[in-house]
Amino acid sequence: MSEQKIRVLIAKPGLDGHDRGAKVVARALRDAGMEVIYTGLRQTPEMIVEAALQEDVDVIGLSILSGAHMALVPRVFELLRAEGLGDVIVLVGGIIPDDDVAALKELGVSAVFGPGTNTEDTVAHIRNAVASRSAPSS
Amino acid sequence: MTRRSAEDWVGDVLAGDRRALARLITRVENRTPDSHAALAALYPHTGRAYVVGITGAPGTGKSTVVNALTRTLRDRGQTVGVIAVDPTSPFSGGAVLGDRIRMVDLAGDRGVFIRSMANRGSLGGLAATTGDVARVLDAAGFDVVLIETVGAGQSEVDIARMAYTTIVVDAPGMGDDVQAIKAGILEIADILVVNKADRPGAENTVRALRAMLELGHRLRSSLHHGELLLAQPEPDAPAYDFWQVPIVKTVATEHTGLDALADAITQHRAYLDESGLLVERQRAGLEAELAARLREALLARLVHDRTPETLEDVIARVVARQLDPGSAVRALLDGSA
Repeated sequence: MSEQKIRVLIAKPGLDGHDRGAKVVARALRDAGMEVIYTGLRQTPEMIVEAALQEDVDVIGLSILSGAHMALVPRVFELLRAEGLGDVIVLVGGIIPDDDVAALKELGVSAVFGPGTNTEDTVAHIRNAVASRSAPSS
Repeated sequence: MTRRSAEDWVGDVLAGDRRALARLITRVENRTPDSHAALAALYPHTGRAYVVGITGAPGTGKSTVVNALTRTLRDRGQTVGVIAVDPTSPFSGGAVLGDRIRMVDLAGDRGVFIRSMANRGSLGGLAATTGDVARVLDAAGFDVVLIETVGAGQSEVDIARMAYTTIVVDAPGMGDDVQAIKAGILEIADILVVNKADRPGAENTVRALRAMLELGHRLRSSLHHGELLLAQPEPDAPAYDFWQVPIVKTVATEHTGLDALADAITQHRAYLDESGLLVERQRAGLEAELAARLREALLARLVHDRTPETLEDVIARVVARQLDPGSAVRALLDGSA
């Protein structure tokens, strides 16, 4: 009767109010059989990491359209490590300039998905990342 | 990192480690084999939390009431574990769990732990493992465990067997008087909440609910063995009277009426304690759970013991009208099928 589900937190840090992209992704992940915890707008990094801990998610998807990603994402990683959640996969979606993508990946972001991304690519990326993470260890 | 089994987390959960708590809940939800031993180890530490159920139709404001009620209970010094159940998509098996959107006031408070659960196809308003997850939160030391069901209609009444106090949330404009006298979800209420009470029609909703309660006033009943037994008042009944279901008006978004709701929970708890019904409810709930688990285990064992061909053959004979369903079951049970 054992049944594993990939659990994903979709959060919108920062102060912009554009959540359409986050909702589209949440729905696509649901349709791919994942359990998506959707936390809504204007989340602080502290709120996001606390929710990720309580919900024991495999993946955090951050939707950022405000341009504040180089401030918000490092803070999320700092808090994740402090809580012992360094193995959680972090994805970033939204408007991210090309120059910042490399910097985000350097921080530990698993993938950056910009406008026009096919949701199937996001689903495939999550499945692969979760599978390769849980294969050798937990 | 080596893989730790759920059993290793038991000590950490009892010591209040939130990460261990979250990871153990995942194992329990997934029903991994190691979670069974962990639940067995935690069981002696359970039975201390007060379990409150919150149910009601979609859109009545259950999550907002949970948010505001939790805030009020925290102000009164109680720690709170919240389980918020949402439906799993029957098509994909996935779910969008959105109850946390309404619970932002609880962020940053270490006396609160919120867990979203998908019902994973279970009917009745809860997930099959919600009771076990509630026990894990109980063992972790939370004073109150609040369980919010999926948006429920008229038959999602499982929560009444699990919770000691069941709150049914209604709101203006959700239905007429006939909805209010239908059997089902309103009958399980220990406390009725009319949320969004600042909206037009709130008084009509209160009136319809009060009329419904008065219809059933002379025969209060208690849930026992999953059936309703009519309780008879003793001639020399002690000081307590039969529980009168209160109707509490709230505007949860404004945190209005929540003190009255918290007081109603305290009064209902005192009533259950003094009347001895708390012990009776716990016993009835555990009996119902044992019966449900036994049913599931026996079915699994039977299906495991018979070959798929046998089952197919029986189904084919029932479909062909050669064997009636009752005889088919008897044949499967005694092995003659």
